[in-house]
Amino acid sequence: MNNFLENLDRRWIFLGMGLSIAVPMLLGLQFPEEPSLMVDDVFTAVDKLPEGSNILMAYDYDPASKGELEPMAAAFTRHCGRKKHKLYFITLWPAAVPMLKQNIDILESEFGDDYTYGENYVNLGFRPGNEGAIKVIVSDLSELYTNDVNGDSLTEIPMTKNIKNIQQMDLIINVSAGTPGAKEWVQYAATPFKIKMVAGVTGVGAPPLYPYIPAQLSGLLGAIKAGAEYEQALLAAYPDLKDNPKSQEALRRMGPQLIAHIYIVALILLGNVIFFTGRRRGASQ
Amino acid sequence: MKRTIPLLIAAITGFVLIISYFIPPAASWGDKAMIWFDILASIAFVLGGGNLLKIHLQKISDRRAGWGFSLITVAAFLITMGIGLGKFGVPPAESFPDYTWSGDYLAENGGFFWIFQHIYLPLASTMFALLAFFIASAAFRAFRAKNSEAIILLVTAFIVLLGRTYAGIWLSQSPLETLGDKIFSDPEALSMFRLDRLVEMIMGVFNLAGNRAINIGIALGIAALSLKVLLGVDRSYLGSED
Repeated sequence: MNNFLENLDRRWIFLGMGLSIAVPMLLGLQFPEEPSLMVDDVFTAVDKLPEGSNILMAYDYDPASKGELEPMAAAFTRHCGRKKHKLYFITLWPAAVPMLKQNIDILESEFGDDYTYGENYVNLGFRPGNEGAIKVIVSDLSELYTNDVNGDSLTEIPMTKNIKNIQQMDLIINVSAGTPGAKEWVQYAATPFKIKMVAGVTGVGAPPLYPYIPAQLSGLLGAIKAGAEYEQALLAAYPDLKDNPKSQEALRRMGPQLIAHIYIVALILLGNVIFFTGRRRGASQ
Repeated sequence: MKRTIPLLIAAITGFVLIISYFIPPAASWGDKAMIWFDILASIAFVLGGGNLLKIHLQKISDRRAGWGFSLITVAAFLITMGIGLGKFGVPPAESFPDYTWSGDYLAENGGFFWIFQHIYLPLASTMFALLAFFIASAAFRAFRAKNSEAIILLVTAFIVLLGRTYAGIWLSQSPLETLGDKIFSDPEALSMFRLDRLVEMIMGVFNLAGNRAINIGIALGIAALSLKVLLGVDRSYLGSED
């Protein structure tokens, strides 16, 4: 038995992982979530702002991390939509332009009556330059952005004509999958100009951002788990969202995640049992 | 001259940025330098594309190992760029219905949007999802409690893996409540040891302390290296003399 397990073909392990994701997904397995203190801080930062506040929606992620980050980006957009905030969509990632569009689609389909392009939201699109772009728009937006993604001049768009720079934003919401991302927005915009900021990042991206909390970063959502907790907080505040299955994407993904995590824990335990059994047998021979 | 001018550009720009940060009246100098940087970054996209073509066309021409992949890369690059620039399948913008190319290159049902939605997005997501399978295999074969450091790592991994799902609450809440009730007559007395709360403690105390130390070290290193670059002591970023 030990020999069989020691030489186990890794395709069996892959099959086990595939099943531990697919089965709960097909069964629609879902578990309750309880928002942590950190998620509460992020939620409050968006919720406590007066209606119609200016929010910079800096979404810096690409299709590779869409599965992990899109639910929290959608939750942020939905939350801001509920609060009727004015949203300025922007990205420093060339592959994120369609991600901005998907979030704008949420506004148009769910908040169409309250949201008019140019008056309540605007899509500024992508600009190259990473942190260089942040450093420019934090002092003069027009140096880098003369028009929106449709080619309309910012001086002719009602909600941008009086915006000199992003210091006029009441909050920066950043969803990022790497560099440039939350760290750059904290270092070049939020900290030097004291702009309030919250962020949502991938699981591996969260630990390096903890030193910035709470002085430079009001709160942080790390990975799909925090996204699910944010959705839970939204559901608690706005119970009618229960009828919108799209608002529970992260919650739905926590079922497969739970089983996959238990599977990995079981594999680690099994691997160690095999290792120590083999070592004991070797020592006794 | 080939090295002196880039050295001067780097030094002058660097010092301008430092001065503009510390002396408010000079702030606009720094803004100008950053605009130049953004223009250069835009041009870097063109250079990057040219470099990609050069490297892969050379590989195809020399029939080096894996040249077939290079062929696919070049074909994918040219097709995507051609469809995007040519705005294939993109309807004209509502405000300019008579101008064929007036539509947004990312318009739904357009060629570029189709490539992004149906080729790039699933491929990128698949690559990311494959990680789960390799992590499972690595967990089985490499994660061994060989020494005390590995044991600490293992215990932390268990807490984080379970605490980041509902399993953390499910496994630890009820036993801790029973224990707290028996020992302290308060079911909540031991709730700080719940797996999900332990994850918060690991991230907010141990991880925070470690990352702070690393960040301070990195910042000091960057300051020292930046000074060497600005003063021309470190010229490695210019490449070799040849």
